Amino acid sequence: MTPERSSTSLAVKMDKVSKAFGGVKALDEVNLEIRSGEIHALLGGNGAGKSTILKVLRGVHTADSGVIEIEGKPVIQHSTEAAQKAGIGMIFQEMSLIPTLTVAQNIFLTNEYKDSLGLIDDKTAISKSRELFKDLGVNINPRAYVDELSAGQRQLTEIVKAISQNTRVLILDEPSTALTSDEVDRLFEFLHQIKERGTAVVYVSHRMDEIMRIADRATILRDGRNVITAPISELTIELIIEHIIGIKSGGLSDIERKPVSRGELLLELKNVSGKHRPKNINLAVHAGEVIGVAGLLGSGRSALARLLFGLDPLVSGSIFVAGKEVNLRKPKDAIDQGIALIPEDRLHQGVVIDHSVEENISLSVMDRLSKYGWVSMRRAVENANKQIFDLRIKTPSYRTIVRNLSGGNQQKIVLGKWLASEPRVLILDEPTAGIDIGSKSEIIALVRQLASDGCAVILISSELPELLAACDNIIVMKDGEIVRTIERHELDSPESNNSGASTDLQYAEKKFQQALQEAHQ
Amino acid sequence: MSNPVSDEARPTLLGWIQSSWRQNIIYLGFIIIFMFFAITLGDKGFLSSINLLNIIRQTAMISVMAVAMTFVLAAGEIDLSVGAVAGLASVTTAMGMDIGGVPFGIFAGLSTGLLVGMLNGLLSTKIGIPSFLTTLAMMGIAKGVAMWISSTKAVPILSEGYAWFFGGGSIGPIPVLLFWTLSFCVVGQLVLKRTTFGRFVLSSGGNETAARYSGINTSAIKFRVLVMTSMAAAVAGMLYAGRLQSGRFQLGEGDELSVIAAAVLGGTSLFGGKGTVIGSIMGALMIGLINNGLILMGLEFSQQLIARGGIIILAVAISQNRK
Repeated sequence: MTPERSSTSLAVKMDKVSKAFGGVKALDEVNLEIRSGEIHALLGGNGAGKSTILKVLRGVHTADSGVIEIEGKPVIQHSTEAAQKAGIGMIFQEMSLIPTLTVAQNIFLTNEYKDSLGLIDDKTAISKSRELFKDLGVNINPRAYVDELSAGQRQLTEIVKAISQNTRVLILDEPSTALTSDEVDRLFEFLHQIKERGTAVVYVSHRMDEIMRIADRATILRDGRNVITAPISELTIELIIEHIIGIKSGGLSDIERKPVSRGELLLELKNVSGKHRPKNINLAVHAGEVIGVAGLLGSGRSALARLLFGLDPLVSGSIFVAGKEVNLRKPKDAIDQGIALIPEDRLHQGVVIDHSVEENISLSVMDRLSKYGWVSMRRAVENANKQIFDLRIKTPSYRTIVRNLSGGNQQKIVLGKWLASEPRVLILDEPTAGIDIGSKSEIIALVRQLASDGCAVILISSELPELLAACDNIIVMKDGEIVRTIERHELDSPESNNSGASTDLQYAEKKFQQALQEAHQ
Repeated sequence: MSNPVSDEARPTLLGWIQSSWRQNIIYLGFIIIFMFFAITLGDKGFLSSINLLNIIRQTAMISVMAVAMTFVLAAGEIDLSVGAVAGLASVTTAMGMDIGGVPFGIFAGLSTGLLVGMLNGLLSTKIGIPSFLTTLAMMGIAKGVAMWISSTKAVPILSEGYAWFFGGGSIGPIPVLLFWTLSFCVVGQLVLKRTTFGRFVLSSGGNETAARYSGINTSAIKFRVLVMTSMAAAVAGMLYAGRLQSGRFQLGEGDELSVIAAAVLGGTSLFGGKGTVIGSIMGALMIGLINNGLILMGLEFSQQLIARGGIIILAVAISQNRK
């Protein structure tokens, strides 16, 4: 298996594939060619048709028309089983592992080793898994239960499971959202290895920096049509964003960052410590200010947010809101103080997915919308429509069930739900995870807008460009403590004129990365 | 600072205790309760072999049903109809025997279980009614049918052979019911832990979506575990009938709670994905032990009920308190 030869042969050829759902064309004669031994990025906004084409390839959907060839052989009867047999594997976000089984049991699920009596032989499965891991340079205990693994280890386990089933084309959909940067590095190393073995990798991500780092070629879709397929070396981030959105835009660098106009001191933390994390936090947030919180998963960022929202207990130190010391024992206390939290896990903590847009938005302001326990539908609808309009939520009506909306719009509903309560202090925990670049810049612009309207904002994010676009100050957390505070203007390039041109943003990002590395040593 | 997950070293004893005490607390609880009764009731004959064998005899039906319940709970489902199905099967067995002799009686009893199980399974998987509701409704239907066909009277069983084999007999001092318990235990444990079916059951309950994406037909698994519990309930009903030499609709009444409690005490998760058959048997024995001890203590039935409920809540609370 020489890499040179395999890199030129086609692993997948999808020719003029169309697919409509209830009259709406999700795919319109889309072509997709993936070579063996390459990492191919599939890009596009929400609703561009990425997941539809991948599901067609994986056999979950059947195409209305078009031809699919896998390793030169045309596929006639396409089904999930047929796709799997043909060597197509897809990594769903932590979806195909059973948490209550061990790593080895998961890898060989439905392909169990049996002893001479026909009973399952876990010992062989464990030693085979160990061989696979060793082969691929992964250090995971095959006896461990999956629910003890970190997100990164789960991801690697899933990939190893796919590889063990002779996968020739591996599809990864947003694999890095739950990973720390160390784990992302390991994942990329790993993907390089399996690529060297001739496996084709399809990589879907909204994170442009990752695409630039790992992909060999990219296909960009928009509104169910091909825009371009090109080697990544011929593309820039600006060009990609332009193709995705369809208009010329700098994305995040377009966001206006007015000079800081500090208002009243709204939130002050003095030596605040939680049970385990955070530790000894001193922080002041003024009206009009956006404070960014950087740091790895587990560095205490979300713990700080939970503490400020009354979800985790305060162990020592004191919290002041608008000059008065407060005791936040439950979320209601925090809400009464005008503190709002946009949580990290949108689906579980943010929205009731099977309820309507209006019901979700009304939830946090029930007091205001009701009298003697009786909800005024008129006021609830007014309030919902105001948020839909203000936040430009794309929904057919306030009655639409949230499940049917795209990720970006779901996140806007979570925002709208809290903005309706007119908070003084707004805490956002990874507000743009899994959201396309268009909605992302809209949400960040909104965060800036809220600050200039007089809100004190704390923005927790793993994405440096996002922090740079939104924040006035950035604190870096490690092991529960603040290890560094960076003023945004420290990162401006000397000749910057604050216009936010993309070269400035790149310069800032480089400086920021340096600062982060120093802080973590 | 070694990471327990990526560390390839053999698990330490402490690590083993920490990671599996939720699953194994039943054994400790069993020993503590046993010791407690042995000390306080030793002079009242608690430790006599007759009494201990009696406990086995009294809990055999719960044990048999708890083995199947382990599968249902591990698959993320529940079966509340087992007690009523046991009663119905005892009646159909006795009536069948009256019509066509012992073989037809056994056939009638097992068919009852199969029929109810398939109904439960079809309603839960094809129509999509949660098994909690399907089996709750089935509980009433099974009891109603049993009362109706027997005109609420006991149906006598005259065959001595049947009564011996299904519950009444013993080989030397060992009651036949012990062998029933043991064989269900061994077969159940092997099927759950060492067959693909058992693995698929645990997977369906652990994460249904993931199981389906892995190519497991989760509806078929649900259907089969629901048939299993009904069949086991039918066998339990036949054992009741054999032991009391008659079929009555009241037999097995309320057993569903003891059976579910036994499985949960034994480390099976009500949320699916986890379960051990041996643990469930231990749970059943522990409930039997508590009942027996409370009777020997001379508590009234009303007091027994209260004490039993309290002990079960305590035991489950301790075993749930993991984090």
